[in-house]
Order: sequence, then structure tokens, then C-alpha cells
Amino acid sequence: MYQYDEYDQRLVDERVEQFRDQVRRRLSGELSEDEFKPLRLMNGLYLQLHAYMLRVAIPYGTLSSAQMRTLATLARRWDRGYGHFTTRQNIQYNWPKLEDVPDMLAELAKVGMHAIQTSGNCIRNVTADHFAGVARDEIEDPRIWAEIIRQWSTLHPEFSFLPRKFKIAITGSPNDRAAVKVHDIGLRMLRNADGDVGFEVIVGGGQGRTPFIGETIRAFLPKQHLLSYLEAILRVYNQYGRRDNSFKARIKILVNALGAAEFARQVEAEWAHLRDGALTLPAAEVDRIAAQFAPPVLPPVAEPIPAFDMARLTDPAFGRWARTNLFAHKVPGYASVLISLKPVGGVPGDATADQMDALADLADRYSQGEIRVTHGQNLVLPSVGKAHLPDLWQQLTALGLAEANIGLVSDIIACPGLDYCALANARSIPIAQRISQRFADIGRQHDIGELQLKISGCINACGHHHVGHIGILGVDKKGEEFYQITLGGKAEEDAALGKIVGPAFSYDAVVDAVETIVDTYLVERRSGERFIDTYRRTGLAPFRARLYGETIDAAA
Amino acid sequence: MPHRILTANHLRDGGVVFLAADGGWVRSPEAATIAACADDERGLSTIAATAVADQTVVGPYLVDVTVTDGRPVPVRARERIRVSGPTVPADFRADAASA
Ligand code: SF4
Repeated sequence: MYQYDEYDQRLVDERVEQFRDQVRRRLSGELSEDEFKPLRLMNGLYLQLHAYMLRVAIPYGTLSSAQMRTLATLARRWDRGYGHFTTRQNIQYNWPKLEDVPDMLAELAKVGMHAIQTSGNCIRNVTADHFAGVARDEIEDPRIWAEIIRQWSTLHPEFSFLPRKFKIAITGSPNDRAAVKVHDIGLRMLRNADGDVGFEVIVGGGQGRTPFIGETIRAFLPKQHLLSYLEAILRVYNQYGRRDNSFKARIKILVNALGAAEFARQVEAEWAHLRDGALTLPAAEVDRIAAQFAPPVLPPVAEPIPAFDMARLTDPAFGRWARTNLFAHKVPGYASVLISLKPVGGVPGDATADQMDALADLADRYSQGEIRVTHGQNLVLPSVGKAHLPDLWQQLTALGLAEANIGLVSDIIACPGLDYCALANARSIPIAQRISQRFADIGRQHDIGELQLKISGCINACGHHHVGHIGILGVDKKGEEFYQITLGGKAEEDAALGKIVGPAFSYDAVVDAVETIVDTYLVERRSGERFIDTYRRTGLAPFRARLYGETIDAAA
Repeated sequence: MPHRILTANHLRDGGVVFLAADGGWVRSPEAATIAACADDERGLSTIAATAVADQTVVGPYLVDVTVTDGRPVPVRARERIRVSGPTVPADFRADAASA
């Protein structure tokens, strides 16, 4: 894992002391709220519906067990005993007191963590494949490049006041698990005809009010040019992105207005000045960072592994969990373990301080002290010997963390919604809870199969509803909560935006509507078809017919 | 015109507070003073501006309410939830709070 050098540590420590002084001046009245607000936002501190909220960066979703214990300490000592893992691989605390936040940041700095650039119109925390470095299908570990981008973008003076926030995601595998096509910049590592590894550069994707799938502006970028090329993109955006209307300020609007080809032309023109300059990455520096992501030393273990196969065959509950919650590791005899933060009736992405501590212990015992956060709001122990899986599963079960539902209908992404978020139109969490209760029968969930359900409490789409197989968007109708449903969204390499199925449903009716959609799929599906396959074959028609009957045309 | 109460967030802890009849800030909407006319509202807003200036609260605004048995109930779902707190199951929050 990446260890802070002296420079990183000094930067973070200095920032804590600066913020401590800013809070002191705010509380004493030297700073007004108008003066203080941009300062607190630069340190990830929002004022939400009921309280302040502190968003802590987890760069590319990688945590050590020591860092996880610190997250638990923050939850226990300064919050209400829990934290919320977000769709950007970060963690949020919902109840900090303003005067405590400097102490929270100081505690984070001790383990190389901070809340810098988790808010504001800057380059945000870079997200990456949660199986980076261990996935069997991976070309190279994308975190090396995510870390290089982190260093380049942290407090970058030219890009501290962009037209709007800016999100970069990176995947090192052809199977995209980082949703790179719905980010401001998505980077996909690939090998060209000569066998060299570089990046496909995708720009202008995004969700929110005006969703777009990103466009490829460069099919292959050699690795050493990554930063100069990113700088060229950011310069074009910084100069021409709209600042007059925050709804039109994201890079996707600019790319769409110019057209991808013209945008690419402008980037290339800018890049002509920058390439082979100071931002060209020297191989020695890349190697230095790469060494910090050296894979753990795992002696290969010949498969099959009797202890694992025995448990799978003799214990149906373990067998079910092994089917959904394991992912192929590049070293034979190991697996990456997905830990579901979606128990039936639970709050998607929430973990208590005790659970965080227990997971840190399990990571030490079974997974070289490493933990990952997924953008699907679950956690990962990246490298567990398969012979240990039955033991690990027992212990996860005791912690209430062994739900066998990864990728199934109850593995719901939900933003905080109107229960916490000041911008929300409607609640997300209780909808997720009611849906998971409706589908509580795990056998039924496994029969339904892969189904991604994503809920946002407003059009900002933090819950990624646009790319849910079933997407649910909270809307406000005359002060009451309603929910618009979209079908057919997808976040992976074949990304697509969902289509609105029809008029919105009330808070009470929306769970029935979801069940009707799932039942329709079960009737329509052909052998081997996942929900998304059936939808792609049939379109909206059968779902609309079942949901709205004859009245649809009049009602729509 | 609708009845209104004045709400804000407490500067130090961020919590939701309401302006009471005595000019103090209270956590319970039941104790909030209810404005029934434009003059009342102007009075509340003046007090709120002072409270912002002396670092007691941030972001004050008026909320439409209906008055039932003398108690103000916000009209919009958003404000009802803001008043009563997250609607996620209390057992989870209670567990978490005592953890
Ligand atoms: S989608 Fe809207 S309601 Fe949900 S967290 Fe984002 S801003 Fe808040």
C-alpha cells in the first residue's frame, strides 16, 4: 500500500492546523459563515439537513486495517457509532460537531488520511476498480496511476477553482468495475497491437440532471503521457467550461456542445504544447510508486481445495455465499471476498464502529491487513486463502456481515436521500430497506439472479440511478415524495442510461412497482437471461403493460 | 397566509433549532413561536439576523406549517423529516449510538 512520504505528511498535518485555526476564528466571530463555508467545504465538511457531515477520502478505495480502525474511532468518539460508505469509495460521518472536526482530521492524519478535495469545484478523490492489483482479468494495477493522479491533482493551483467538481475513475481491467464511462474522465488500461500498455481516454460521461455516456477522445495514450494529457483536458475545460450556470458547468456539457471530435481536437492542440515537457513521467518515479503497490507475497495453492469444496457442498448457506460473494483472484488458491453492507432491512453502506474494528481484525488475520471499499457500497477483503473461507464466513456471519446477496436485487445502492441530505427531494434509505425486506427470501433472490437496483434521492444521482438495471429517482410533487423508475441502465463497459418506464409512484406504491417489474422479468425471461438481457430484448413494453395496464398512454 | 416557524442550524453542533417566543433557540418545534402575519415574520427574521451575526446559528429560514392543537406541523415532507430526524429504524441508530 502507498505510504505517505514526508511531503505528503507535512501537507496533511499543515492542513489540519490551518483548519483548526479557521474553526477557532469562525466560533469567535472573526469569520462569517460566508467566509467560512468555502473553507469548510475544502475540508469535506458540509452542513446537511440535521447536522454537519464530514466526508473523508479513501483514495481509490484502498484501506489498511490501521486506517479502518481509525475510521471506527472517529465513528465512536465523535459521531454516533457508525459511518456511511459512499458510491465514491469514501466514508461520511453524519453527526460531527464543528468544534470536534479539527480533532477528527488530526486523528485521520496520523494514518495518512484526510478530507481534502472531497468537496468543491476541484478534482475529487480518484476512484478505481475495487479488485485492483488482485483481479485475475487485470492488465495492470490501476492504483499506481490513481496515486500519480492524486499527487498531481492535490492542491493543483490551476485546478482549484474549476467550473464545477471533477471526477476521474480508472480501471486496469477490460471488465469495467469502476464505471469509467459515467465519469468526467474515465481511464481504461489496455494493450495495443505492439503489446504496450496505455490508456483509453474517455471524457464527458456523467449522471445528474443531464446524463451522458462518456466519449473516447483517445484510443491509446502511452502511460508516460498520462499527466500531460490530463492537464490538457483540464485546461480546455477550465477555459471553456461554463461558469454562468452551475447546471451546465460540468465537462459533459462542454463535450456535448462542441462534439467529441472537436473537443478532442482542442485537447490535442493544447497537448502539443505540454507533451514531452515537465509532466512526462520518468520511469524511475513510476517504479518508485509502483513498488508501493507490490502485490502481497502469496504462495500459489493448487486447486481444488478440499476444505473449501467440502464446505460448499455440505453447507447450503456457505455455498450460496460462495456463489455471490467471491471474486476470481490472480493467484491460484485465493479469492477476493465481498462483504455485503446490505443486510435485510439495513441501511446500504452503513457500518458500525464495532463492525469496522472487527473487519480490521479479519483483514489482519486473513487478508494481509488490506480492505477495499466498492462504489457499490460494500467492502472487500482482497486476498483470502480459499482454505480459510469457511472460517471467515463463520465470523462474518456472527458480525451480521455474511449476506449472500452481492449483485442481487437486495444489493442496493442508495444515496443518503432525504433522511440526511439537504438537497434531497425524497428518501432513498427506507425504500431500499423495504425492497430488501420484500425480497428477504435469499433463495428467491438467487433465483432472480443478477439485478442492480440503484436509488437517488434527487436528480444529482449520487445513487447512480441512471445506470441501475432498475433505477429509482426521488422527485418532489407538491411537497410529497414520489419515485420515477427507469429500466435498462448499466454502468460497465457496455454502459447505458436507463429509460423512464412511466409516471412516478408514491412512497407507498414504489415497492409494489419494483416487485411487479421483477415478476414481469420472471415471466418474460428466456433460459439463461439476466434481467438486463431480457430488458434489452423486450424493451419497456411488457413492463409498462404490467405496471400501468391500459391506462399508460393516457397517463403518460 | 400560511403559518410559519423559523428554523436554522446551530453553529457549534449543526443541530436543527427553532426560534422560540422568548427569542431563544430551542430543539423542539413544539416550543417554536408561530408567525401568523408578515409583521410577525419580519420580527422573527430580525432576531435571526442577530443570531447569525453573533455566531449562534447558520442558515435561518421560514417553514410553512399547519397548526394542530397549537402545535406546528411542517407542510412539506422535507421539513417534517428535518424536524423529526432520520426515519431509518431507530433500533439501528440506538444500537449505534450506544456502541
Ligand atoms: S442524489 Fe441528491 S439526495 Fe441523494 S445524496 Fe446526492 S444530492 Fe443528496
